[in-house]
Amino acid sequence: MPFSLETVKYITNLARIELEAQELGKISGQLQDIVNFIDTLKKVNIDAIKPTSHILPLQNVLREDTLFASLPIDKALENAPDRKDSFFGVPKVIE
Amino acid sequence: MELHRLTCHELLAKINDQKATPQQVIQSLKARVESTESKVKAYVRVNPDDFLCAPEQKNAPPEALNLSGIPASIKDNICTEGIHTECCSQILGGFKPPYDATVIQKLKHAGANIFKTKTNMDEFAFGSSTENSCFGPTHNPWELDCVPGGSSGGSAAAVASDEAVFALGSDTGGSIRQPAAFCGIVGLKPTYGSVSRYGLIAFASSLDQIGPLTKDVRDCALIMNVIAGYDHKDSTSVNRIVPDYTQALINDVQGIKIGIPQEYFIEGIDPEIKDIVGAAIAKLTSLGAMHKKVSLPHTEYAVPVYYIIATAEASSNLARYDGVQYGFRSGVESRQSLIDMYKKTRGKGFGEEAKRRILLGTFVLSHGYYDAYYLRALKVRTRIKEDFDAVFKDFDCIITPTTPTPAFRIGEKSYDPLQMYLSDIFTISANLAGIPAISIPCGFTKKGLPVGLQVLAQAFNEELLFKIAYTFEQNTEWHLKKPKL
Repeated sequence: MPFSLETVKYITNLARIELEAQELGKISGQLQDIVNFIDTLKKVNIDAIKPTSHILPLQNVLREDTLFASLPIDKALENAPDRKDSFFGVPKVIE
Repeated sequence: MELHRLTCHELLAKINDQKATPQQVIQSLKARVESTESKVKAYVRVNPDDFLCAPEQKNAPPEALNLSGIPASIKDNICTEGIHTECCSQILGGFKPPYDATVIQKLKHAGANIFKTKTNMDEFAFGSSTENSCFGPTHNPWELDCVPGGSSGGSAAAVASDEAVFALGSDTGGSIRQPAAFCGIVGLKPTYGSVSRYGLIAFASSLDQIGPLTKDVRDCALIMNVIAGYDHKDSTSVNRIVPDYTQALINDVQGIKIGIPQEYFIEGIDPEIKDIVGAAIAKLTSLGAMHKKVSLPHTEYAVPVYYIIATAEASSNLARYDGVQYGFRSGVESRQSLIDMYKKTRGKGFGEEAKRRILLGTFVLSHGYYDAYYLRALKVRTRIKEDFDAVFKDFDCIITPTTPTPAFRIGEKSYDPLQMYLSDIFTISANLAGIPAISIPCGFTKKGLPVGLQVLAQAFNEELLFKIAYTFEQNTEWHLKKPKL
């Protein structure tokens, strides 16, 4: 499929990544090459094949609802670029 | 005596016999890093004055789990409490985890000393050459103009250059085995679910596994003894008893049935690699193993399947780097909105390959393309797994070259992402099928670059891999060769 500049702009918005104009052109071309390559999968017969999202026969694991130690707030926030009291600081969300 | 040249088991024996002290080991290693690190650049943030964590051992571990006084080098994507863990990415700049990964806790309990300087890697493990690191590339100790492989290139180069006794890496599509092959050392990708991923910064959660990079097969078994095992903090951890892997180190391959997949000896493989791996298979046959050609018909689809599944999972896992919880933030100075802050932070903080993969992953999961790409890839993944199941009905193991070529030159493939992706063509299938695979040194090209032999087995059959690898090692001397630095 053709990987247009519009598609890349749509995807960059979904992925919340801002690209410089020059980067946008370069990455569009590279993504087109990669998508052409992964299109080879269309040759494989997948009729009646179940998808494998995980390799192990895993089941949900339940545990007792009991308290156990967790990270103190200060430790959990020590890498934050901005904090106020016990919260992460972000640009204003509500006008 | 040059203690840094020795393996873990040799050092443990010396310490046990009181012929060396842990302090002497550290001093020897420190001197080695000071003399060769400027050429190899295996580590990031090297600080010789603050080199190792103090050992935390409380009780003496049982003998099979003892690494007392052994320094451990750790890839920059495995969390070490209070020590920089940045995935060699600007977006995690300055990040010091508030907790240890389970494997780090286990190493500490075994008495190992954790290096405070981490090993270099491709940003978020996105790469096969360690060129995509925000700290700059690592160099191959055998030929400094060449890449060490990747993404665990720093770990492999550190072990190969004797700047580490052993190292931990992570393997999502070959990131332990391919650099181990390029650097002439042993590297194991364990069965999915056998080593806890708690504290491993996630790339592709259904494929990632932590594993050892070591100087020989015995060390590899020794480290697996310590790091393997069930962990309730990892929901994909498998609850089964961990054997003493060193018990599998038996010099005997009599009657072992080896499958040689014809799809791995195709056009494009380096003729020297083909010959060297052929000679290695002949060696195992001369020691009593049997081999026969087999077919893994969906091999050619492994790389495209991988680059759909791995990037889809990565695009989701890396959504958390948005300038809120971790170090790097951009776009707040001009009083912009929250969304603008996200976009600017991620646009500036991620490197080129990371952005490419997040965008590809977002695309294959996006409305209108999910079925055509992601769902189709999951179904072809089933086909690839079925190929392995069919071969393992009649054969004990599969042997292939680890890589189609020896180490390539720095810069040679960095302008063409697709060519770089194809260098993982022989290692990716093991991650898709969840099975264990080991790479061991099996020879050198005429130019003196190491070649790796890959052995694959059924899930949770690491002991067979160790037995075959150990037998090969005991009957060859490739693992004893050292690069001149």
